[in-house]
Amino acid sequence: MKNPHELIEKNVGLLTVLILVAISFGAMVQITPLMFQQQTMEPVKGLRPYTALELEGRDIYIREGCVGCHSQMVRPFRAETERYGHYSVAGESVWEHPFLWGSKRTGPDLARVGGRYSDEWHRVHLLNPRNVVPESNMPGFPWLAENTLNGELTAEKMEVFRGFGVPYTDEDIAGAKAAVQGKSEMQALIAYLQSLGTHLK
Amino acid sequence: MSMFWTIWISVITIGLIIGCYFLLRWCLSNQTGVPEGESMGHEFDGIEELNNQLPRWWTIMFYITIVWGFLYLALYPGLGAYEGLLGWKSSHQNIQSLEESMQARIDAKEQGRLVQYDRELDYAADKFDPIFEAYAQIPVEELANDPEANKVGQRLFLQNCSQCHGSDARGQNGGFPNLTDDDWLYGGSGDKIVETLINGRRAAMPAWLDAMGEDGIDEVVNYVLSLSGRDVDPQLAKAGKARFAACAACHGMDGKGNQMLGAPNLTDNIWLYGGSHRAVTETLTYGRNGVMPAFKKTLGEDKIHVVAAYVYSLSND
Repeated sequence: MKNPHELIEKNVGLLTVLILVAISFGAMVQITPLMFQQQTMEPVKGLRPYTALELEGRDIYIREGCVGCHSQMVRPFRAETERYGHYSVAGESVWEHPFLWGSKRTGPDLARVGGRYSDEWHRVHLLNPRNVVPESNMPGFPWLAENTLNGELTAEKMEVFRGFGVPYTDEDIAGAKAAVQGKSEMQALIAYLQSLGTHLK
Repeated sequence: MSMFWTIWISVITIGLIIGCYFLLRWCLSNQTGVPEGESMGHEFDGIEELNNQLPRWWTIMFYITIVWGFLYLALYPGLGAYEGLLGWKSSHQNIQSLEESMQARIDAKEQGRLVQYDRELDYAADKFDPIFEAYAQIPVEELANDPEANKVGQRLFLQNCSQCHGSDARGQNGGFPNLTDDDWLYGGSGDKIVETLINGRRAAMPAWLDAMGEDGIDEVVNYVLSLSGRDVDPQLAKAGKARFAACAACHGMDGKGNQMLGAPNLTDNIWLYGGSHRAVTETLTYGRNGVMPAFKKTLGEDKIHVVAAYVYSLSND
């Protein structure tokens, strides 16, 4: 081979493979060990799995794209903890599949929003945020109050989470449908929001 | 972190940095088969590529980054369980509870460890704690006259309270009280405001539909509106007055409310959930359950004291 550079530069397939190899070294160091660390696998003391209603609320949070504007990750800076509370730790997210840490804050961080506002505030705010915060640019979500949950898939979702290692009991799963049936999506989402960040005690 | 993962990380990381060094050396030697300074054999629009050495300044910078890489890994925790010569870390990520978090901070201090987040807290504590402690010694009513304290209080208010009470503290219809008037649900003394902030409040206006029926509610609504001088149907209001005994348990026989229970004064034409005939009917039919969240954990007592002084100043200036 006269010029080994040329070999790589003129073979896109080979170039792609070598790039993937180069990147995978980073993943092997940064990601792989974390999957086996106690710190990232052991829940914090107060952690409990989401109730059936909260779990449905979480799915609505995902469906409506809340994660696009709200992070759920308080970083260990005083500027953040003064506003949001104690910084997030890995043990709070061990049962999150997928986690909703987010990477963009158009609105405030929600990692510890639970208990911060009343249920009624959340209801008014989700219907039309400007009814309580005139400066807000968050969209309203009025259909949440009209849509009702039928709970058909709730038990199945909990089964899936159990497969991931979330300690749902048989009773939890058996009672899932009854727990959410007839509740509005608004109620589910508020239940989810009110649970966020309350487990680190 | 176990020994296995420490070795895993160290071998790959250090191996790659050394690999970068050899890659650079290899690239510096002429591998093209073309003598230096001569054409690589292709040109585009009259521009020819020559076989030149990598720029010297760039090469030196590359060497510097390699040296820095090793230096960084020696000083900071980059290689598995190795903690680095500086003993630096960003925060306590291993904690299982708030108590452990506090303990970890104390332990780290005793061991003289350099925890970035703790240092931020210590710096802020040195700077701000004496100020808040001094304010805490002054009664709320007196502190409300201190313009500096009010500036601090206003910042805290905008951050924590404005979402419900509005950035001008005039509240919002729908159960979020105006804090700038003289009408207080749970009392407007300094102590009462502090109490409200620390423990929160839970109002419980029951639903009356079952007990009174729609007609009964209509009568009571007419009577209640008449208390603040509104035009009502006198017949209905009279009937409503008879039914008001049930309401008097909380709102008082004269309808002036009871701050012990957070029962609003119904005679001052100030309405938490709206004063239209329709809004008052809804209040009576379905009840209301206003909640003021507790702020003890979020703000702590010293900051609450300053916020309370700011709130007090709004209606007493």
